[in-house]
Amino acid sequence: MAKITLSSLAHSYMPNASHASDFALKEMDHVWQDGGAYALLGASGCGKTTLLNIISGLLKPSHGRVLFGDTDVTDRPADKRNIAQVFQFPVVYDTMTVRENLAFPLKNRGVAAAEIQSRVGLIAQMIGLETALDRKARGLSADIKQKISLGRGMVREDVNAILFDEPLTVIDPHMKWELRTQLKALHREFGHTMIYVTHDQTEALTFADTVVMLHEGRVVQVGTPEQLFETPAHTHVGYFIGSPGMNLIDAKIAGNQAIVGGHVIPLAGHYGELSGRTQIGIRPEYTQLTSGHGVPVRIRRVEDVGRRRIVRAEITNVALNVILPEGCPLDSTMTHVHFAPEKINVYADDWRVQGGAV
Amino acid sequence: MEKVQNNKAWFLVLPVLILVAFSAVIPLMTVVNYAFNDTFGNNQFFWNGLGWFEEMVQSSRLHAALGRQVMFTGIILAIEVPLGIFVALNMPKKGFWASLCLVLMALPLLIPFNVVGTIWQIFCRVDIGLLGRSLAALGVDYNYTNDPFDAWVTVIVMDVWHWTSLVALLCYAGLRSIPEPYYQAARIDQASRWSIFRYIELPKMSGVLLIAVLLRFMDSFMIYTEPFVVTGGGPGNSTTFLSIDLVKMAIGQFDLGPAAAFSLMYFLVILLVSWVFYTVMTHIDTQEYR
Repeated sequence: MAKITLSSLAHSYMPNASHASDFALKEMDHVWQDGGAYALLGASGCGKTTLLNIISGLLKPSHGRVLFGDTDVTDRPADKRNIAQVFQFPVVYDTMTVRENLAFPLKNRGVAAAEIQSRVGLIAQMIGLETALDRKARGLSADIKQKISLGRGMVREDVNAILFDEPLTVIDPHMKWELRTQLKALHREFGHTMIYVTHDQTEALTFADTVVMLHEGRVVQVGTPEQLFETPAHTHVGYFIGSPGMNLIDAKIAGNQAIVGGHVIPLAGHYGELSGRTQIGIRPEYTQLTSGHGVPVRIRRVEDVGRRRIVRAEITNVALNVILPEGCPLDSTMTHVHFAPEKINVYADDWRVQGGAV
Repeated sequence: MEKVQNNKAWFLVLPVLILVAFSAVIPLMTVVNYAFNDTFGNNQFFWNGLGWFEEMVQSSRLHAALGRQVMFTGIILAIEVPLGIFVALNMPKKGFWASLCLVLMALPLLIPFNVVGTIWQIFCRVDIGLLGRSLAALGVDYNYTNDPFDAWVTVIVMDVWHWTSLVALLCYAGLRSIPEPYYQAARIDQASRWSIFRYIELPKMSGVLLIAVLLRFMDSFMIYTEPFVVTGGGPGNSTTFLSIDLVKMAIGQFDLGPAAAFSLMYFLVILLVSWVFYTVMTHIDTQEYR
């Protein structure tokens, strides 16, 4: 096991890439600490799988280096990197039994039979397939096959990292929860570096200690789930994380005030001269409906989603979502909206600007 | 609501019944008629029971033809199936060369059977054929018209040339349907090239491969035109396969009774083997989706 370093890494699928838009992955420097549980989060097509395949060696990056510990492994193929990877759709060897499937990576590496048996037994127990060990993999259902894939990914003890490429796509919702918990337990037990690719924020936030957010081939933020929620570094992070995502409103920023359609919204910090498109971002969770205090608002409709209600509203012709906690009253006198100043993030050309002391 | 029962719709099936009866059932019944009767012409028939069948089952001529047929089918399957798989595995995956390969390989399949026979008949002639003359120039004693072994080699090479593409194209289609993650997972699992073939490619190809074997079995078991054009069943009877023998018996010697009995048994053998294949195939399918 070792930390994994990506050094000025970039990748383009085109032979002569010059323009930034030719790159599936834009240049990045990133270190995956040994034993970390990472989630690689981003919308479909943002380069998550490309990055994962570069780490595992299935794809050779067009620019930059990949280091395991201090060893440069950029030119090493996947089978020489001692890494495990679980794919989005189940990959099982149909004609083998479940046991042979689990033992296959060990057998190919010449591990002793007794060792294979104990590892396979352990993993089978973990994924709940001890009773099915001698069945042929061919006839099994998709979620059991995916469990076998997960098991094959975890069967080797000495891997540098385990990479998961949206592994729970085909699994039933209740089973997803269970498997994720098992992965987490496994991480605590063995301390493998785990990188988990997903476009599902719940999956990312519950699995990982550190979330790496990708957007259009660029790492836009690396942080704890809390940081991504509270202080999204890029408007896309704010929009992508949270349900519904962050409200983004075009505003003029002047000192410690934001001006939206002639209304003044106080900010917690002081901002200098900002260039480009300036926006404020506020989570629906930190938005409050009031009767007369704040900015006028027009309520379009109210969605009851169980424990809370989502109010779809509009200020100065821009859509705004407000979350009403359970039991919070809503009546016709609520014509204004108030934003908690310390929860407002300011963005210039989509990137977050840190406010100075007032 | 009461369901209206109206079986008059069955009359719509009538045209197809008449057509099939006219084109298949009635001609076949004529064959059945000949198989159980004897005639001395003049459209007079005498009941012969199973006489022709007994004669055919005991006929050493039929045994020999059947033996040659089984040997021929066995040899071409043993060559074409592994060769087809090998070609499919080594074909380019995409791009210009893949298209070119597909077109080139489809060419032999598009040539009419008698033309294939004619091509090889001339190609292999020692006096004017390119291959025959070249072999002679190299000092190889080759002459398919008077050496049984050479005749067999020629007929088999011709069939391999004509039909290996079919196996290869079917296998290629099977291979192309394997998702890339299977190969990626195998690389990560450090699977050897042989393991990838044995545990990924072969199982995923098994469906199309069975169809390929079935098609090649049926086609080769009733092969007639190409060897007839090239060797005419000779030298002697050495390349007289079942259908060539049958045609000789029926049209050459006009032994319609024995030939009819022979062709019925021939038909039943092909039906039986196809049924076995079909059962095996569906059995594998149900295993897959259990």
